[in-house]
Amino acid sequence: MSLNVGDQIAELRVTPDKYLPHRYAGASGDFNPIHIDPEFAKAVGLPDTILHGLYMMGLVARANAASVGGDPRAMKRLSVQFRGMGAPETEIVVRGTVKSVDGGRAVIETVALQGENQTIRNAEAEVAL
Amino acid sequence: MAMKTEAIGKEWPSTTYEVGKEKIGEYARVIGIENPVHFDREAAKAAGYRDVVAPPMFCVVYSSPALAPAMFDPEVAMNFATMVHGGQQFEWGEPACSGDEITTAAKCLEIYEKDGKGFYVFETNSINQDGQQVVRGTWTNIVRGI
Repeated sequence: MSLNVGDQIAELRVTPDKYLPHRYAGASGDFNPIHIDPEFAKAVGLPDTILHGLYMMGLVARANAASVGGDPRAMKRLSVQFRGMGAPETEIVVRGTVKSVDGGRAVIETVALQGENQTIRNAEAEVAL
Repeated sequence: MAMKTEAIGKEWPSTTYEVGKEKIGEYARVIGIENPVHFDREAAKAAGYRDVVAPPMFCVVYSSPALAPAMFDPEVAMNFATMVHGGQQFEWGEPACSGDEITTAAKCLEIYEKDGKGFYVFETNSINQDGQQVVRGTWTNIVRGI
């Protein structure tokens, strides 16, 4: 698998359905009600239930792993900043650009967006080539 | 208001999690990962893994239980009403496979104030049954209006 500085990784587009946060809660063990209970979410000042940040980080990891053939061993490091809130039933787009290639490792700068809203920014994935 | 910082450096009791094949598959399906090494034992072994292998971000499943007591510790005293998960980093070592017993310890790295916000930074360190480092996580929580 060859990655060069400036390359774009394949864009990932996913639209989580209404019940995705319930399935992610079950899979991950994170049952924080802000992700699964609209009444609770509104009571604490949110517009509605929001996606788990770590679910979106999972999509960022998936997009970066796919860029080197999908072998889970290739993912060495991933750091992200969570910013805008993610909403269910809205398309998420993950985009990444190769920032550096050195010593058999590439660093890929990645963002996750819903429209103009950057739900994950300044993400940096280090992958083995 | 001065923040409580006495929890800096505090460590909490470790937790142990046994990784299961179907749990790996459940996680991979939710994220939409289709690589058969996450579902099929033969495919995983053919790819050089000991058993069905977890996607890297499956680490949240086995490392989070160690973090929970740290988050709720009164010495840390985070205000959950205005807390957001601000940032996250994982560094992976040996892959996590079905049948592994992974032990995770949590520690408070930093508590500090910046721009009127409180930053609470925790580390989790996960080791498998053979003593190999599986993943190290750095979890940053931000509390508004401290």
